[in-house]
Amino acid sequence: MFRSYPPQIVLEAVLNGLLTGAVYALVAFGLTLVYGVLHIINFAHGAMLTLAMFAVLVAHIGFGIDPYLAILPLTPLFFAFGYGLQRFVISPASRNDDGAILLVTLGLSIVLENLLLAIFRSDTRTLTLDYSFSVVDTGFALLSLPRVIGFGVALIVAAALWAILALTDTGKAIRAVAKEKLGASLVGIDVNHIYAVTFGLGAATLAVAACLLMPSFYVNPRVGNAFVLVAFTVVVLGGMGSIAGALVGGLVIGVVESLSGLYLGESLGQIGIFLIFILVLLFRPTGLFGAKA
Amino acid sequence: MSSGTFAAYRPILIAIAALAALPLAVPLLVGAGLFAGPNTFYNLMIFILIITLAAQGWNIAGGYGGQFSFGHAAFFGTGAYAQAVLQTRYGVNAWVALPLAMALGGLVGALIGLLAFRARLRGSYFALVTLAFAEVFRILANATPITGGAAGTLVPLRIGFGQMQFDAPAAFFYLALAFVAVVLILNRLLERSRFGAWLVAVRENEDAARALGVDTLTVKLKAITLSAAVTAVAGALYTQKFLYVDANIAYGAWISVEALLAPIVGGIGTVFGPLIGAVALIGLGEAAKTVIHAAFGSAVPGVDLVVYGLLLVVVIAFAPRGLIGLLRTRGGR
Repeated sequence: MFRSYPPQIVLEAVLNGLLTGAVYALVAFGLTLVYGVLHIINFAHGAMLTLAMFAVLVAHIGFGIDPYLAILPLTPLFFAFGYGLQRFVISPASRNDDGAILLVTLGLSIVLENLLLAIFRSDTRTLTLDYSFSVVDTGFALLSLPRVIGFGVALIVAAALWAILALTDTGKAIRAVAKEKLGASLVGIDVNHIYAVTFGLGAATLAVAACLLMPSFYVNPRVGNAFVLVAFTVVVLGGMGSIAGALVGGLVIGVVESLSGLYLGESLGQIGIFLIFILVLLFRPTGLFGAKA
Repeated sequence: MSSGTFAAYRPILIAIAALAALPLAVPLLVGAGLFAGPNTFYNLMIFILIITLAAQGWNIAGGYGGQFSFGHAAFFGTGAYAQAVLQTRYGVNAWVALPLAMALGGLVGALIGLLAFRARLRGSYFALVTLAFAEVFRILANATPITGGAAGTLVPLRIGFGQMQFDAPAAFFYLALAFVAVVLILNRLLERSRFGAWLVAVRENEDAARALGVDTLTVKLKAITLSAAVTAVAGALYTQKFLYVDANIAYGAWISVEALLAPIVGGIGTVFGPLIGAVALIGLGEAAKTVIHAAFGSAVPGVDLVVYGLLLVVVIAFAPRGLIGLLRTRGGR
């Protein structure tokens, strides 16, 4: 079953895995951030990514905005969308009860995904840009230009998120709520506002991820599901709530997917990710970087 | 049987009798233009009953026991594939295949439960691990030859009682109804049993239940096994009704979602919740499709699911005890 490949091909697979993994990490940041603060999985995360990808598509086809330029308007727009969704829909509907939040986000994901299906139908679409197929020659491997850009921006976003959490007052408040929400509210932090800001940050990173993905990827109403299952794995592997863990987890998963695709073939390649997912959940549910439960 | 015992089962018997009498209303419903013909009616009813059964399964572990599985497709699919593969590859009779499919589904439930509960996964983590198992099964079923791979498995059409394939659509309706009826009664038995009380104790406060001497691991394992076995029967009936199964039907996320939506919408941890929820969801979904079709002049994909999602959010926001909870509040109970 295992074929042997020349080192050149394996190296290229690893590098491509790292590039893809950075975008996985980017998708996972929002999920891990929301988990860290609200202690709940946001099941609408995948559908929100799909929505963002369609937004990039519409921005390009409708208004001629380049996907990379679309980061500027879409990031604040999605921050506002995420903030509003948590503040005015998820929080009131679930009364901040854990099981109810899980189900409300599941309900929202079904609504979003199928509204997109009703509007755009199930067709798979791509953007045709003159740089979609450009490559970077590193001397030892050829790498796709959009994916190299995606890698770089993902690292910048990780640094920016870290800076927000570590250096700003809002970041301090987010960390306080994550640790002890009752204590945080006693010292005057508006917990509902912080929940919504966290959700907004998660949505904003999705907007960035969508802008980075669209030049080299396709979109259809179900595309987010594939990413979100990978993102769950990344988050679990890195430790729920840890940004650094999500970055490392994303890169590891990218490489694993790339190598298992190379060795097991396309259809079974995804199995590798899910096996890691299940094994980590069963044997080390706090992940590689998570705090001890 | 004391009168108190009978009173507990009376609503169930009335509901079963009412459902069993439904075929009498078919000429009226078709005459009123609600259904294109008797077959449309029976197909919808059979689909509702199969979803009810899958949801009744989910309700045992999820509703009574509070273990929110997001991957009941793993059990539905195992039942569906077992029913198909046992018949087509091993020449097993359909009536023999069904209990085997149920047992296999229960076994898969026990294994996943053993792994997940021993690792002490709860809440979000349990939801995620069940989801992941269902996905692994879907990918494997799509890639292995025994399940027919991506092409799926077709059960040959051989009408005959011995093959569990019926000429009259009412026959399959009554078969599915019989299973739903048995599980309705089973659920009431469960509610009134010591095991049922332990299960609810695990849901309400697992640590307190353990402190009081409840063997929570065993209780949860039994619940997930029973839960999976019931949902596997739904899968087997699906195969027997449609005579075809592939990975996206059997192990697809759609059935995991339907199995958990129906009890939550109907009334989580109640005997009638899954049935009421399945009728409400599928009924409203069909109604939405019809209205949109009439308004736009053509079918718009996804509208029924938009209704499902909205209904889920609305129920959680305004009726956390489901539609049953609303009825009970109205009735002053």
